[in-house]
Amino acid sequence: MNAIVIAPIVFPLILGLITLTLWQNRKMQEIANVIGSAVMVLISILLMKMVLSDGILVTQAGNWPAPFGISIVADTFSAIMVVISSVMGLAIAIYSISSMKNGFVLSDMLQKRQQFGYYPLLNIMYMGINGAFLTGDLFNMYVWFEVLLISSFILLSLDGTKLQIEGTFKYVTINLLSSAFFLIGVGFLYSLTGTLNMADLAVKIPQVENQSMVTVISMFFLVSFGIKAAIFPLFFWLPSSYHTPPISISAIFAGMLTKVGVYSLIRVFTLIFITDVAYTHTIILWISALTMFVGVLGAASQYDMRRILSFHIISQIGYMIFGLALFTPLAIAGAVFYIMHHIIVKANLFLVAGLVKRVGGSYDIRKVGGLVNTYPFLAVMFLIPALSLAGIPPLSGFWSKFFVVKAALELQEYFLVFVALLVGLLTLYSMTKIWNEAFWKNNPEKIPAKELVAGLFSKQNIFMTIPIILLALITLSIGFNPEPFYQIADRAAHELMNPSIYINKVLGGAQ
Amino acid sequence: MNSVILTTTTRILLPILLLFSVYTLIRGHQEPGGGFVGGLVAGMAFALYTISNGVASARKIFPLSPTTFLIIGLTFALSSGLLSLFLGLPAFTGIWGTYEFPVIGYLSTPLVFDIGVYLVVFGVSSSIIFTLKLKE
Repeated sequence: MNAIVIAPIVFPLILGLITLTLWQNRKMQEIANVIGSAVMVLISILLMKMVLSDGILVTQAGNWPAPFGISIVADTFSAIMVVISSVMGLAIAIYSISSMKNGFVLSDMLQKRQQFGYYPLLNIMYMGINGAFLTGDLFNMYVWFEVLLISSFILLSLDGTKLQIEGTFKYVTINLLSSAFFLIGVGFLYSLTGTLNMADLAVKIPQVENQSMVTVISMFFLVSFGIKAAIFPLFFWLPSSYHTPPISISAIFAGMLTKVGVYSLIRVFTLIFITDVAYTHTIILWISALTMFVGVLGAASQYDMRRILSFHIISQIGYMIFGLALFTPLAIAGAVFYIMHHIIVKANLFLVAGLVKRVGGSYDIRKVGGLVNTYPFLAVMFLIPALSLAGIPPLSGFWSKFFVVKAALELQEYFLVFVALLVGLLTLYSMTKIWNEAFWKNNPEKIPAKELVAGLFSKQNIFMTIPIILLALITLSIGFNPEPFYQIADRAAHELMNPSIYINKVLGGAQ
Repeated sequence: MNSVILTTTTRILLPILLLFSVYTLIRGHQEPGGGFVGGLVAGMAFALYTISNGVASARKIFPLSPTTFLIIGLTFALSSGLLSLFLGLPAFTGIWGTYEFPVIGYLSTPLVFDIGVYLVVFGVSSSIIFTLKLKE
């Protein structure tokens, strides 16, 4: 029971070590990484099953009792995030096999560079992500953030091209700023309460006399996690850096990294900063509306597939924060459901974009066309996540939007409901734009690209197609059978809305 | 760099510095020192050698590749944390031996962890020095 909670953190490190040992042998690295990622999926599902049957699992690292040592806590929400991150890990592991090799028109030297530490870094990044999801200690969360950020800095700039360095520079600068805010917030909290264990904080914060100070500190966290989650007005770094790295890295960044920010926001604003909900959550509510709207407008003016998708991440983040801000059990469940759906769909769209680039020759949708004739299967594979993102029933996006909007209707926030639905419509518009340009219209270049010869299931493309199908199937199963997924999200929301469950498990488990 | 004084001094200093780094590592648990500082001192010893004798000869006397040190170090650190799992304790619980050795003191998992840190820092710092020196 102790081992399983810490396994999602330890296992990626072991896998990172194995791939590091195989540094010279790219083929072996690929094989080890795929097998390891599959094992990781099994571990995370086992964790999920145990959390569902036994409730919140806690282990105290170093056997120090709860408020003094670092607690590693797996509640339903954490377990959900860990499962999704490991599923993404598997998809990316398979996708990387062919995309890292021939996905890019690069000189041989650059291709070699690409392999320099790609797999070890990726696994260390998963360690950081899972650590951030599972930790029950605020400062420890900061440490995991640094682990995943430092690996992501290198992953972003691995090719060393000018565009990548520029994108990475923005990313590094803004993230250092965000980390500084985080650290300042942690420092203030510690001086106010004398503890950093999240469960202990939840107990001590309501007893603090100076409640206005608590609200000030909560804003530090809002800014810090807000930068990482790319909420309005702190999102500008995202579209300018997410389109620069190789597509498999873009996909995992787009899927997971911003969601770590959203996870942290939901965690601290349901557990710790709930003393002045009327004030803090109203701020978050308006931020969420602006995030949704500005993000989708940004996407409308873009023509690079990756940039369109990057802007959509922002607007989708708005929905999740919206769920958090409404702060009812249904809304939180909606937000959790939204995260589940969004990571899968968004990463899949990036993967499809990579395949479009492979077979169509460009990310710029004005330059490719006619793919619906040449690659009808790819068109279907694009439509599933694209329509799901826009929220067309019965796909997964419909249900996630439905829960959030329903929660908003119950609170009679009609204007915000209107914004959310309008944004859904605009999302559909820009998905249609990609469809029209890349798939529907005739190919602007009369001569088909060289890669056109190879089919989707040919030896050269098969490893890019498999994860796309895998993720599309998950999207479909969420869409057609949302009940079990909603049950889990609802359970997570129940735990989040009743912090006493969490507190008792963490602090009580030590005695 | 071609300096007889530097080369000769380095030849004497290298073993002394390495010995000192191990001393720093071992005294680190209760007093100032530890794996990180020790690793840095060892890395600096090789930096000195690289500056005076060049990368090629430094690599020749370097026992393993810096990456190997990194891997071994991480494995040490990780296994020290996981050992407690086999005794049914939470991960990273410190386990202490009962017999006190003359120089090292009690054998313990924190010591193993510190050795891991030492090796990682040593591997990374010497790898940085080699890369920087090669660029020149």
